[in-house]
Amino acid sequence: MSELLLSVKDLHTTFFTPSGEVHAVDGVSFNLNEGKVLGIVGESGSGKSVSAYSILQILAYPGRITSGSIKFRGEELVGASEEKIRHIRGNKISIIFQDPMTSLNPTFTIGNQLREAIRLHTDRNKKQAEERAIEMLELVGINEPHKRVKQYPFELSGGMRQRVMIAMALACEPDILIADEPTTALDVTIQAQILELMGDLQKKLGMAIIMITHDLGVIASMCDEVIVMYAGRVAERGTAPQIFYRPHHEYTKGLIRSIPNIENDEKNPLVPISGTPVDMLNMPEGCAFAPRCERAMKICLTEKPKEIIINDAHISACWMNIKEGLEKGVIETDENGEIVRIPLDGEVAYNG
Amino acid sequence: MAEKDILVDVRGLKEYFPVTTGFLKTTWLKAVDDVSFTIARGETLGLVGESGCGKTTVGRTMLHLYKPTAGEVWFDGVKIEKGKTLREYRRRAQLVFQDPYSSLNPRMTVADIVAEPIDVHKLCSSKAERSERIHELLESVGLSSEQATRYAHEFSGGQRQRIGIARALASNPEFIVCDEPVSALDVSIQAQVINMLEELQEKLGLTYLFIAHDLSVVKHISDRIAVMYLGRMVELAESNELHRHPLHPYTTSLLSAVPIPDPDKARRNKRIVLQGDVPSPMNLPSGCPFRTRCTRATPECAESCPALREVSPGHLVACHNVG
Amino acid sequence: MDRPKKNFLSLQLDPAKFEPATEEEKAQQVQMRESVSYMKDAMRRLRKNKIAMVCLGIIIVIILIAFIGPLVYPYTYSSTDTERQYLRPMQYSAAEIARREAGEKVFPHILGTDALGRDYAIRVIYGTRISLAVGILAAVIVIIIGIIYGSISGYFGGKVDLIMMRIVDVIYSLPDVLIIILLSVAIRDMVRDSSSVIIAKLGAGMVSIFTVFGLLYWVGMARQVRGQILSIKEQEYVLASRAIGASPARIIRKHMIPNCVSVIIITAALQIPSAIFTESFLSFLGLGVTMPMPSLGSLASDARTGLISYPYLLLYPALSIFLIVLSFNLLGNGIRDAFDPKLRS
Repeated sequence: MSELLLSVKDLHTTFFTPSGEVHAVDGVSFNLNEGKVLGIVGESGSGKSVSAYSILQILAYPGRITSGSIKFRGEELVGASEEKIRHIRGNKISIIFQDPMTSLNPTFTIGNQLREAIRLHTDRNKKQAEERAIEMLELVGINEPHKRVKQYPFELSGGMRQRVMIAMALACEPDILIADEPTTALDVTIQAQILELMGDLQKKLGMAIIMITHDLGVIASMCDEVIVMYAGRVAERGTAPQIFYRPHHEYTKGLIRSIPNIENDEKNPLVPISGTPVDMLNMPEGCAFAPRCERAMKICLTEKPKEIIINDAHISACWMNIKEGLEKGVIETDENGEIVRIPLDGEVAYNG
Repeated sequence: MAEKDILVDVRGLKEYFPVTTGFLKTTWLKAVDDVSFTIARGETLGLVGESGCGKTTVGRTMLHLYKPTAGEVWFDGVKIEKGKTLREYRRRAQLVFQDPYSSLNPRMTVADIVAEPIDVHKLCSSKAERSERIHELLESVGLSSEQATRYAHEFSGGQRQRIGIARALASNPEFIVCDEPVSALDVSIQAQVINMLEELQEKLGLTYLFIAHDLSVVKHISDRIAVMYLGRMVELAESNELHRHPLHPYTTSLLSAVPIPDPDKARRNKRIVLQGDVPSPMNLPSGCPFRTRCTRATPECAESCPALREVSPGHLVACHNVG
Repeated sequence: MDRPKKNFLSLQLDPAKFEPATEEEKAQQVQMRESVSYMKDAMRRLRKNKIAMVCLGIIIVIILIAFIGPLVYPYTYSSTDTERQYLRPMQYSAAEIARREAGEKVFPHILGTDALGRDYAIRVIYGTRISLAVGILAAVIVIIIGIIYGSISGYFGGKVDLIMMRIVDVIYSLPDVLIIILLSVAIRDMVRDSSSVIIAKLGAGMVSIFTVFGLLYWVGMARQVRGQILSIKEQEYVLASRAIGASPARIIRKHMIPNCVSVIIITAALQIPSAIFTESFLSFLGLGVTMPMPSLGSLASDARTGLISYPYLLLYPALSIFLIVLSFNLLGNGIRDAFDPKLRS
């Protein structure tokens, strides 16, 4: 078992907007082990990016972490000094963003920006930093790195720029790379290049990756573990095979059903999730997904479901599990009568 | 299928945009270069390609929103020219946009947005008829008629896309160009809109040109798929045929690059990762535009640009090394 | 999961809660927010801006005084009385004291009188009225010319835009004070020879002021409107409208103008104080209104003659200009903030 790197517990991040409080992250917990790829999937506004930004504490103005704990190698980051966070940011935990066009400063050369990033966190001198910059560009598969360091961002294509961003993020050999929709703005063939590159680098450098995306395809090809988020909460969390083959949340099931499968030659109609995404200023009382859920029950509309262990690392927050657990009689409780586990899948043999 | 009732016939369409490259110097950007295809009545033709390949320009030029540099568009047996035929064409052919935010006027109510084609073409004689038609249209795209007085910004992306589709339907068109209609939407909403487009097609007998970069969506909705690369059409085939037997090396790599939402298959899938970037459309390579990234390029590819030719019934491909 | 909590399982055991929910029950959970149009939303934000609302209040009070004041005030701005020169505020002339002693009610000179014995309060009120009228009328002229010029230039683009914007650049680069003075003098001569009643009544100065605004001050508005039209032209809803087959006139009317409204309102709101200021400045130089009609600028100019002995004569018109210009400027800023879509939540 690899070592625990990052542990997020009951994280709450709220945006205090003029129109009201938006609970963008509403009690999220997860662990990340060394060298693992964790995917966070959800639709826009589900809080997946805000969760990541909370880790690095780079939240936009009206947003603030209101409670919870984020521990990096056992060190608490919530409430830590700005200096300490800065030491971790970019050094231990790096981030790459969706839009490679705007995340590079257009007025400086690639080399200049790479050198800055390197010198900020290491004590290399200018020449060493330059060498490191070229080495990094080579690593991310940019040809003629000696020429590229003298170029400005606008001279590079979108895929190239994303490579430069990755080079910059990896320059200090971080323990965790947060990738916030790294391929969403790119074309399919370039996306394939970048995913391939990230996979290779992950194996080579052994860092952990938090992959934030709305694309289940990207998740399936990259991630060991998956968190499905809906309306600021974790709907379901588990290994990739658990999430894709044995989903235990109605939202996850709906999501998987609703995407067209290119392997499918028959033209069956898709199975969409009905309704519209939640209005974060106007959250439903019970489960946020209940108004769109086909199998919603009375309790779903009045009470928020709790996260319940289904199996080892598989956790789901859906009332349906309790109903099924009751029917099958497999609910395990502690001495207070509190539900500990609902092993709905029986003894499981996974091929993942 | 192609021999059947042809509704749209695009012949040798070219669209070059002038680009100022220096002082008093203009280069031509060949956004669309000699593209021809037909769409039968009731059919959906998918058009895929990466950004900058000219797929959106094809859609807009064939609707005469840009003046074609060369080429003809025939609609229902009539050549579209300025004047009466164009005016009639504007009613019978419509466009659905990618961006549900910028395609709806923020100062108009939903009713006025949806009714714009009705007002422009004077399709309703009385106010009562107009509002009845608006309600009918909104209900046909799954919105309630009470929402007619609201403004577009009060709706979510998926709902706004429905409003855009209702507007496109208002003039009873026969042909709709859907320009990436679901790309900007959340995954859970995409399926809603795709299903709705399919239902509407069945009910109203619509013909679609479905432009997208997402191959799995295009494959789901289309009868035939055309693949574009740098302004040219490189392959055109029936959609299952294209998926099973892609002939053009670009199509092959495009298909293998699609991320499969299934961890086991995704891990087994050997991606054919294309090297390099798409060349600038301002400075195209000689001969076949794809040769710079192609694994099968031969000296011949640099000399002449391969023409689109039929290699098996209904399967067209533009590559020197195929067939 | 180690927090003490009430018995969880007993809660679950109520099977009624695990009945499927009906569609109506689900629908109740989703309510749409109250419908707000863009204008209403902007107005709501404007109402929240305290400074802007105070300024709006001041402007309304000033407008009421300026337009209702002369109707109820017993003195006129032009009636002179040599016996009551330079009265201090609330002071009465000898004749008026006599009348008061005779039991007559005499309205006090709230702000005193000027060198010719004219009641100063009514002159300031009248001056304010002229200044406001000039400001608003000038803004109207600027709006009309600016919108037409800017929207034509922006909509047609290309060569039309190039030529029209070069003209704007030329006007922009002219030293405006010099042009104003030259024009005022030239127009003054032309007006003097004119036989038109309206022009004669308005006075040469006023005509020249409006001409100057009409000729020079629309360029800012034209630029703003052009810029806005250019960006709206790129919006897909305009393309959508073209795809439907809408005529250019309809596109301008239905899509472009309504989306320019905020820019027009903002520019106009900031144009009014600058017009008032220019008018006061011209009148101060003696190029504005004709005697005996007062304007805040000419009042200030006249006050210079007795500045040492009667400084308050300068204070009132100056204070009035200050209040009007400041209020309009702050209100304009408030409107800009309220309409600026970047601040929309």
